[in-house]
Amino acid sequence: MLAVENLSVSLPMEGGRVPVLADVSFALARGESVGLVGESGSGKSMTALAIMGLLPPGAATSGRVLFDGRDLLAAAEPELCAIRGRRIGMVFQEPMTALNPLMSIGAQVTEPLRLHLRLGRAEAEARARRLLARVGLAQIDPHRHPHQLSGGQRQRVVIAIALACGPELLIADEPTTALDVTMQAQVLDLLGELAAEQGLALLLITHDLGVVSATAARVMVMYAGRVVEAGGTGAVFAAMAHPYTRALFAASPHEAGGRPAPIPGQVPDPQHRPPGCAFAPRCPRAQRDCVATVPVLSPLPFKGRGLGEGSACGASAASPAPSPPPSPASGRGSHVAACFHPHPAP
Amino acid sequence: MTGYFLRRALVLLSTLLAASLVVFVVLQVLPGDPAALMLGTGARPDTLAALRHHLGLDAPAWLRYLRWIFGILRGDFGISYTYNVPVAELVRQRSALSVPLALLAIVLSTAIAIPVGVFAAARRGSVRDAALMGAAQVGVAIPNFWLGILLILLFAIHLPWLPASGFPGWGEGLWPGLRALILPALALALPQAAILARVTRAAVIETLGEDFVRTARAKGLTRGAALWRHAVPNALIPVVTLIGLQFSFLLAGTVIVENVFTLPGLGRLVFQAIAQRDLIVVQDLVVLLAGSVILVNFTVDLAAAAIDPRQRRPGA
Amino acid sequence: MRGAWRSRNLLAGGAITALMVLIALVSLVWTPYGPTQIDIVHRLATPSAAHPLGTDLFGRDELSMLMAGAQSSLSVALIAVIVGAGIGVPIGAFAAARGGVPDDLVMRACDLAFAFPALLTAVMITALAGPGAINAMLAIGIFNIPVFARITRGAARGVWGREFILAARAAGRHDTAITVLHVLPNIAAVLLVQATIQFALAIVADAGLSYVGLGTQPPQPSWGRMLNDAQTFIWRAPLLAVFPGLAITFAVLGLNLLGDGLQDLLDPRVRRAR
Repeated sequence: MLAVENLSVSLPMEGGRVPVLADVSFALARGESVGLVGESGSGKSMTALAIMGLLPPGAATSGRVLFDGRDLLAAAEPELCAIRGRRIGMVFQEPMTALNPLMSIGAQVTEPLRLHLRLGRAEAEARARRLLARVGLAQIDPHRHPHQLSGGQRQRVVIAIALACGPELLIADEPTTALDVTMQAQVLDLLGELAAEQGLALLLITHDLGVVSATAARVMVMYAGRVVEAGGTGAVFAAMAHPYTRALFAASPHEAGGRPAPIPGQVPDPQHRPPGCAFAPRCPRAQRDCVATVPVLSPLPFKGRGLGEGSACGASAASPAPSPPPSPASGRGSHVAACFHPHPAP
Repeated sequence: MTGYFLRRALVLLSTLLAASLVVFVVLQVLPGDPAALMLGTGARPDTLAALRHHLGLDAPAWLRYLRWIFGILRGDFGISYTYNVPVAELVRQRSALSVPLALLAIVLSTAIAIPVGVFAAARRGSVRDAALMGAAQVGVAIPNFWLGILLILLFAIHLPWLPASGFPGWGEGLWPGLRALILPALALALPQAAILARVTRAAVIETLGEDFVRTARAKGLTRGAALWRHAVPNALIPVVTLIGLQFSFLLAGTVIVENVFTLPGLGRLVFQAIAQRDLIVVQDLVVLLAGSVILVNFTVDLAAAAIDPRQRRPGA
Repeated sequence: MRGAWRSRNLLAGGAITALMVLIALVSLVWTPYGPTQIDIVHRLATPSAAHPLGTDLFGRDELSMLMAGAQSSLSVALIAVIVGAGIGVPIGAFAAARGGVPDDLVMRACDLAFAFPALLTAVMITALAGPGAINAMLAIGIFNIPVFARITRGAARGVWGREFILAARAAGRHDTAITVLHVLPNIAAVLLVQATIQFALAIVADAGLSYVGLGTQPPQPSWGRMLNDAQTFIWRAPLLAVFPGLAITFAVLGLNLLGDGLQDLLDPRVRRAR
């Protein structure tokens, strides 16, 4: 249903255009849940905004974002307006600021209903009340304003807005980050339930691998504007090949037993990305070749390539020409990583 | 909401009282004896004393203050020394010009500034934005009384469309009176509009960057609908507050601009009263003007609370 | 591009202001004609080689009067700002350092002062205390006091919360010493921006006062007075009503641009938001 093909985005900044997304490809089938993981600054949110057609002014794009065969990057604004909120819903990170402080929550839920479904006032209000009840806000008066609600309640309102018109795809950008821990689980469960119940495809964006493992069937790990590892959630968690994925996992508070180990250093800002593999400066496994060329996504496991520590370098030198980016069809489910020296499968 | 209102009303009253005290004290300190001025330089001391007694000027200051304040509370503003009519009557006559003038100026300034500011914000960075904001930058720098003279040059002398000065009163109908107020109102309104447009633009740009505007766009609202339904109402909160603050500048501006157009309004009355040391009139007028500034800002705060549900929170 | 915008404001504003100051200074030693030199034969002359901007109703050279007017206008405004800042800044700094009741009192007093339309009260003060440049400076200066008190207090309170202040207090420094050594240097930039804005407002106020005959007194030329005189002869010599206004607008525009430029330079938040 959704196929992102070789999506690249660059933004105008002081000192010229800066690429923020490079060659991102993935696909999402009807009813499928995919997690998009990475630290802040890795390009997750930018991917979501590119799909929605809400990139900042001046952004330049290449590649395609196919939604039911229509390229959204090439679509005209009125067409996008008809899709946004109607066929693609979006939930944002900050429930505290995502709602208009001057409008009652009821009015904010009714707005897309009246706009897209052309419902009358009474009908839209009745439907808004049902939606609010569905997201667990049955006891909340729709005439209340956002500041009278808690963070968790507001996020439920945002979810109700996103789901109001019965979209086919829901993009949730860090939907639980701003919430406290007990709220996080509730909101995630709600999203999962609603996705299953309405046959929604869910693109779940988070920095938290634990959230993904609980919700998504497939996972994509992004770093510095590129997808560095992707595959079925089970496969990826069983054999994390990219050192970044491992580091992210180790940094996750959900890792049972050990204390979270923060990743040293920071995501390089888009203006100062290192050559070669962008993670190399922070990577415990980095070798000289990592800074020379950008590794591309290759299928795993790298059978018969002798994945010993010492041989990884030779193996990559001897490896055939980088395989073409996996087509969305072939990419689905297969485990791929973009690294010259991946961790071996256990 | 009522608690909030009452608390604000109490603050309002005490501010008014403090303002009246300040005016009274300042007028005591500044030189100028109304009785001496009324009688001229050759007055005999005993006539002077009699007049001072007649005017109540020989009473101690605190008593005169209390008499004045309690008079005002009863609606008695005293009697003008020079015109020999109740001050309330004078104020009523002159307000028939000044109040419509101030209102017209506020309406004009708002009607110009908000669309311009929103337009510039929606097209920020464009040539038209730069041109409008450049014009606003110059507009802020133009003194209203000079703009009044320029308008006279242009629309009363070069193109004889509107009167250069004077006011026929409302007796002859709405249009002759309004005609006389158009140029002065424009002179007052345009520099204010320039400031207001700049603030509106900045406020709209700021709200356009807010998450809820993105939410609105994600709902499928067009750029224009997200702008007018979500960004602009939020941006208006600081703009409305500024309109209230500008009211004070507007009143002060009226004093000078009424001189430019020789309009018999409150501003001219202030001048005449000062020149003739008609202290009771000066005292009343300054308190009335300060009071109207306080009252307008109070109303604006209430209006902001009406727009913004967050300000209605009890205890805020 | 944003950088260029910023420096363009600053450059244009700085250049205009510098030019105005230069003209004011030059007028002290040289003007084409004496600014008070009457020449009834050539009264209300149109611009010519001899009188580039023409002459006024007494045949005085308009250009010379404008130059001398710059000097009187800038000095009234400058002193008004110095009066306002000189009294307002210590009051604001005191309120911020003390907090509590003194702070509340100062802030309420400022609120009260803002209820009086500034120019109107300046009119009242100059009219009752006697028209003239000195009283105009004081009357305008008085209304700069609450402006500076409020902005100083707000900015200083922000600084008082910072760690190096806590360190200085822990080291046993007196509040006054901390204010002078740490707080004021840290808010100097904010005060400079405000002073620029108030300077511009003071020029307008001075022009307004002298327009109604309450500011700088003749024979010393002033822009406001020149406008008033010109209005009497507006039918015969309309240009005389244009030049002094242009001078006021130009001076105010320069200071506003300078203030905007400084503001952008000093406030990174605004810079990013642009």
